[in-house]
Amino acid sequence: MQRIGVFVCHCGTNIAGTVDVKAVAAALKNEPGVVFSTDYQYMCSQAGQDMIKEAIAEHHLGGIVICSCSPRMHEATFRKTAAAAGLNPYMVEIANIREQCSWVHKDMAVGTEKAIILGKAAVAKVNLNTPLTPGQSPVTKRALVIGGGIAGIQTALDIAEAGFPVDIVETKPTIGGKMAQLDKTFPTLDCAACILTPKMVDAGQHENIRIFSYSEVTAVKGFVGNFDVTIKRKARYVKEDVCTGCGLCTEKCPQKKVPNEFNLGMDNRRAIYIPFAQAVPKVATIDPDYCMMLKSGKCGVCSKVCTAGAIDYKAKDEYIEEKYGAIVVATGFNPISMEKFDEYAYSQSKDVITSLEFERLTNAAGPTQGKLLRPSDGEHPHTIVFVQCVGSRCEACSEKGKEYCSKICCMYTAKHAMLTRDKYPDTDVYVFYIDVRTPGKNFDEFYRRAVEEYGVHYIKGMVGKVSPEGKKLHVQASDLLAGKQLHIDADLVVLAAAIEPDRSARPLATMLTASMDTNDFFTEAHPKLRPVESPTAGVFLSGACQGPKDIPETVSQAGAAAAKVIGLLCKDHLTGNPCVAHADEMMCNGCSTCERVCPYGAITYVEKEFRMPDRTTKLRRVASVNEAVCQGCGACTVACMSGAMDLRGFMNRQIQAEVDAICK
Amino acid sequence: MQEITREALLSRAAELFRDGTVDRALGWRAGEFDYDVTPGVFTSAEELENGFVWNDFCGANFSKYLIRETGLTEKKVLVFLKPCDTYSFNQLLTEHRFARDKVYAVGVPCAGMADVKLLRDRFDGVTSVEGAEGGVLVHTLYDGDVTLPQAELLPDRCRNCKSKKHVAYDELLGSDGEVLDSHRFDEVEQLERMTPDERFAFWQNELSRCIRCNACRDVCPACTCEKCVFDNPASGAANKAPSSSFEEQMFHIIRAFHVAGRCTDCGECSRVCPQHIPLHLLNRKFIRDIDRFYGEYQAGAEVGSRAPIVDYTEGDIEPGEAVEGGARHA
Repeated sequence: MQRIGVFVCHCGTNIAGTVDVKAVAAALKNEPGVVFSTDYQYMCSQAGQDMIKEAIAEHHLGGIVICSCSPRMHEATFRKTAAAAGLNPYMVEIANIREQCSWVHKDMAVGTEKAIILGKAAVAKVNLNTPLTPGQSPVTKRALVIGGGIAGIQTALDIAEAGFPVDIVETKPTIGGKMAQLDKTFPTLDCAACILTPKMVDAGQHENIRIFSYSEVTAVKGFVGNFDVTIKRKARYVKEDVCTGCGLCTEKCPQKKVPNEFNLGMDNRRAIYIPFAQAVPKVATIDPDYCMMLKSGKCGVCSKVCTAGAIDYKAKDEYIEEKYGAIVVATGFNPISMEKFDEYAYSQSKDVITSLEFERLTNAAGPTQGKLLRPSDGEHPHTIVFVQCVGSRCEACSEKGKEYCSKICCMYTAKHAMLTRDKYPDTDVYVFYIDVRTPGKNFDEFYRRAVEEYGVHYIKGMVGKVSPEGKKLHVQASDLLAGKQLHIDADLVVLAAAIEPDRSARPLATMLTASMDTNDFFTEAHPKLRPVESPTAGVFLSGACQGPKDIPETVSQAGAAAAKVIGLLCKDHLTGNPCVAHADEMMCNGCSTCERVCPYGAITYVEKEFRMPDRTTKLRRVASVNEAVCQGCGACTVACMSGAMDLRGFMNRQIQAEVDAICK
Repeated sequence: MQEITREALLSRAAELFRDGTVDRALGWRAGEFDYDVTPGVFTSAEELENGFVWNDFCGANFSKYLIRETGLTEKKVLVFLKPCDTYSFNQLLTEHRFARDKVYAVGVPCAGMADVKLLRDRFDGVTSVEGAEGGVLVHTLYDGDVTLPQAELLPDRCRNCKSKKHVAYDELLGSDGEVLDSHRFDEVEQLERMTPDERFAFWQNELSRCIRCNACRDVCPACTCEKCVFDNPASGAANKAPSSSFEEQMFHIIRAFHVAGRCTDCGECSRVCPQHIPLHLLNRKFIRDIDRFYGEYQAGAEVGSRAPIVDYTEGDIEPGEAVEGGARHA
């Protein structure tokens, strides 16, 4: 039996207003083990804490119960108080008589009765508490950034600048991501390449950054501070360290009919290619799906023209293993497929395009060298209709699109409309919208300029149907403000397609045991207070993988994620949470149920020799918990039928004692 | 009448002993009477020849005994498995309770095993029983010799046999059957149709007979913990004897929860209960609920399968729905 002290807090009138705190202190005085019980106005104040310390010393308390606010609020405070008085901090229990009692009751009698019951449960638990000591684990001082878009690049640069080595893993042959495909950026209209490519070069040249382009993460093991990651380096059939990026091979390759994904298939590239002029690393890659040499062994032109001798047709995928202390997910987004939106005739007409395709059409490095020309006949369009929210803000019941707002479309559509009117004043531009959302610095001013200075026709209403008729696209739409139907014969229709997380995110989340929401966006540890951390320790989030974001927001989140990583890597050791699961090996029967239910992969099984009572030894299969990985969720303890698995600080016996105390 | 004869089993076992594949065998051992057959361990072909029986009373499921026996030998353990036993066998493998390569499993077809209670209820002074054409020939002191159709002596688990198919074996003697479309949930549905009060009265009546002999637990192939919670003073549930009628219910209900999703419905609990409590109905109710909420699942149908209640899939119903649904069908 412990010697227990009970401290009932008034919290001003927060608790004392609906709970008779003196009666609570008096009632709990009679509970088993309680040798001291008192109340005070503000337990968390310095005076209150001093009172606790004095009582611990004077009454030789072995455990204390604080009847106060939620443990989320002040458990840490009171644990420190106890530690300062020489008591193990895990001998402190909080009875939450504020959020779970005084705040939800109006009647003093009812509130007091419940507060006493909650106090009794906490006393019953403290009676079974044991001192706990957290373990420590070392930290590997290297970070992994998965995804080489602007989010990944910024995070990597910030971590590298702080002096820690960083690796970027990017599936494409070059870093740069979606931003590299953009033309101008809102709201300042500076060219995306002009501001992005210097950062790409910085990343490529930074002594602390390694870029694994054309690579994928295939396996992640371990835990915060100690991740073991397997990275697949896909065969690019060009020796990265030998290729000079001269580009001769990409001009001579006879296979000219490969859709160019960088220009979203609007022109062609060769089978050996460098995605764009400023690619980092600037190294050619052979597309094995189209290369004649790889497919049939007949060709070899690139090998003949390469003066550096960089071509290697026999290259194989390689797997490298590396240790990391922290992992940043920056897998980004993609526009959704337009196949479910056939009312806009995307599949029927080349002149119905997505906004990202429009970016390429207006980009000086795009398929038309920046001239806005219709994809079908190369003529200049005179009437352009922009349709917003294609697949965004759909009703939950419609299975076509996404429920959420894709956030960036209003602004880039305003940008597209404005740029078109600026370059081609003879063009009529219509924008159909549900709402125009412009929260952001200088965003609304930007949109208003499009309307007021550039004469873009903004029409509130949705486009119902687009039908190709001859060279025109017949657009049927409604103008909700004027209350009439519109019929527009357009030359070009641009769809602001919703964005969704990259498809690689889901399997990656499984590997990282990081949680996702129903839309496959990574979930943050706390939506407001821990927005760049995943609930899985050591995994951080950067950019659109966490939710739709524009560039300024992505960059600030990328920096925030980097700051969290730096904070982690600065530590030599991590102090764990001692409230973790633990298997009683003598009771474990090796059934693997706990291993299967553990969401963090913290449980493995080992074969161990045990001495039996008759002096023989027996080899048994028993569960072993990696305490650094265990998050203390307790799923294993309820799945274990023999009761071998238990959670320190929340033992089955303690929970039962609490329930018994409440039911008594 | 069983399809395979005792002699066929014996001669195959003798071969396996002779060629050194096995050095022990789990088989049914003769008791005082023909009907009180007990499980036994045999360490030679001679022992088998003397003590082994194979008749209509060989209900015992040997899967659980493999945990101990495989640890006692360097060679393999020979085990005879009826179709329903093979499900327990697989479930134990799923739970890593013994090494598969330490077992030589011989599948034996089963025509259903007679229930001793039904026999005793029917006759006084049974002297011997033997398989006969078209049923069972019972010799009695007072009623003479009576031939009964075998169906009249079958317990519920055999009348509502879920499968004649062996899901695991190294070698099969005789023929294999099919998974059957049985009516094993009919009685559960009857209980579900009762009002809560009627149902409480039903179980109170059944469970109040419990003497806490622990036979159900000891025979259950799903109850293989190193230390059972009921024997572990630290668990808070340890108890050697019933202290109130409420306690007994807790014992059986806790046990049903512990085997939920792992119970293969082999029916051994009800077979061994000296108080004839239909314990299998508790487990069947759990199986029925799991099937309803998460889709049909048969524990032990394959090695390594994950029971729905310890597996997460995106299609899972919300826990609240399960609780409400459970109450609805309770």
